Formats: sequence, C-alpha cells, structure tokens
Amino acid sequence: MTFKRFAEIGRVALVNYGEDYGKLVVIVDIVDQNRALVDSPDMVRSQINFKRLSLTDIKIDIKRVPKKKALVAAMEAADVKGKWEKSSWGRKLIVQKRRASLNDFDRFKLMLAKIKKAGVVRQELAKLKKETAS
Amino acid sequence: MAPKQKTRNPELIPGVRKVSRSQMYHKRGLWAIKAKNGGKFPVHAKQETLAAVEEKPPKFYPADDIKKPLSNKRTAKPTKLRASVTPGTVLIILTGRFKGKRVVFLKQLTSGLLLVTGPYKVNGVPLRRVNQTYVIGTSTKVDISGVDVSKFDDKYFGKKVEKKKKKGETEFFEADKQEKNTLPAEKKDDQKAVDALLLKALEAVPDLKAYLGARFSLKAGTKPHELVF
Repeated sequence: MTFKRFAEIGRVALVNYGEDYGKLVVIVDIVDQNRALVDSPDMVRSQINFKRLSLTDIKIDIKRVPKKKALVAAMEAADVKGKWEKSSWGRKLIVQKRRASLNDFDRFKLMLAKIKKAGVVRQELAKLKKETAS
Repeated sequence: MAPKQKTRNPELIPGVRKVSRSQMYHKRGLWAIKAKNGGKFPVHAKQETLAAVEEKPPKFYPADDIKKPLSNKRTAKPTKLRASVTPGTVLIILTGRFKGKRVVFLKQLTSGLLLVTGPYKVNGVPLRRVNQTYVIGTSTKVDISGVDVSKFDDKYFGKKVEKKKKKGETEFFEADKQEKNTLPAEKKDDQKAVDALLLKALEAVPDLKAYLGARFSLKAGTKPHELVF
C-alpha cells in the first residue's frame, strides 16, 4: 500500500544503467532531489542519479558518508552479499549470468539433461495415469 | 632504448647553431686525433677499384621500349590463426556439405588451411581441409597430443593429375566412371590411424562423442551475437 523501500543512507541498490551496470552499491549520502552519493567496496565513491538505481530490500546501518573501511565492515556485519544471493532477485541474476556464459558444449549437455528430466517426468505421469484409470 | 645522446651543437633557431665551426673542431677533438697521427688526419688506404668488365654491345635493339614490371619479392605467410583456434579445438563448420558439423582441429597446413577430422566414425567428416573464415572456434578442447599428423600436407589433398588420354569416344565414358568413385585404401588407413587415438581421447570426456555427432543449429530465441562459444 504505502512505500516500503526508501532511498536513504544505508540503502543497498542495484545499478541498472551505465558503466557500473549490475553492481550492488550502498547509498552513502543524498546530494539533492535527483542524485545520491553511492559507494561500494570495489568502486570509487561517486554520485549517481536515482533513475540509474533499483532499490533493494537490504539496508545497512551506517552514518552519513562513512570511510571505506567502515563501509566494508558494515557490509560484512549485515551480510549484504549473503542476503542478496539468497533473495529471489539475486538468485535470478546469478542464473541469468550463468546461462549467458554457457559454452556450446555446455548448452548441448543442458539439452541432454532437459530431455532426460522430461522423460522421467513423463514416465511418472504415465504411471499415475495408469493407477487412476485402473 | 639507449639514453638520448647529448648533441654537441644544439640548434637554437632553425638554421642557427650554438657553436661555431672552429669551436666544434676543438670540441670534437680533431686536434687530438691529428696529434696522435703525427700532424695529419688519418686516412683510409685507397681501395683498389676493380677493373671494369668489358661490356659487349647488344646484338638486338628492340624497336619500342619494353616496360619491365616492378619486382615483387614478397613471400606469403600462412594465415594468422584466431586466438580461439588452437590444435585440439572443436570447430563448427559453417559452409559446405558439412555445415553445422562439430569437428576436431588438428593442425594448420602451409597453405593456411586448417586440417580437420570428424572423427569419421562419429560424424562422417573425413580428414579434410577447411578455411578458417568459415569456421567458429569453440572453447572446447580435445587432447590430441598422441596423434601424429606430420605426414599430411597440401599435396596429400591435391587433385590427382591424370595422364592425358587419346580421344576415343567409347573409352572416354567407361574409363572416367570407373576411376573417380573409389577412395584409395591408403587414405582410408590414414583416417583410421588418426581417428583411433582421437576416439580414446574423446571417450574420456562424458557426452563429448555425442556432442561431436550432433550438428549445430540456431534455435528460436537464440541470439548469435550473445552466444558464448
């Protein structure tokens, strides 16, 4: 009903446009109505437009513009990476990346696995049908 | 790189140098060389000029000037292989009767073409030459360290030159049909020898034989520019 994810200091967001596309960043300060100061363990702290951010559910406890060390410590304490990888959004992105990086041979093996699985499912279904029919 | 050598006489403005002629003489130490050599500047002994060979006047002067083509001493290098194409790589052939077939790359021949084999038992592709441009290199590698391909070169694959026959009409039809169809037994043996070791290497990896037996094709929804090979 009301808003649940706020663009506040400590909010973890996903960059959805630009050079840092796909990175998880933490909002570290608000510049103005449109821009935030954003930081992450593997990037230089920089300003970014809110339009380029997709807010996540994860929020960490930091003061306004923490030092890099403090930020990293806070992220470890809140287990941002773990929470992200367990969340359905995070899991989806991991699967997408894995599928995009599949080799031609991997795709072939995947096809064989799919066919095998479908065969097993069909057999079980046939068994169940037989039981209900009899 | 060697450190930049100091110029003894830098150019201050184009055409105007810093040090005068006499000062340069002193700087270069020509006075010291002369002193060492007893007042005169050392000179190399004159080399004996070889006696000029007597040229005979030509017997024939052509009426018009014949243009000589410019000399070209360039030698062609074998085509540079893409980084993805190394011996033992699985390649996807894109054109010809074997299009879509996944095939093992053996070596590059001196002409630049790639020597490739199915293996024959797996997908029907024999020892064959293929151009690099009509091939996709996948990142799947097969171990071909045991395979000996040194005897194969471009001549092995060249067309056999037939001796010219006399023009007899009946002989023409019969003889041609008989000779062209069979592959010499020697080539079949070569194929078997190369493939025997290769098949062992293939069987070591699960599903690899089936992979080579299947053809590559684009399916609905696949974006070739996003595919990782």
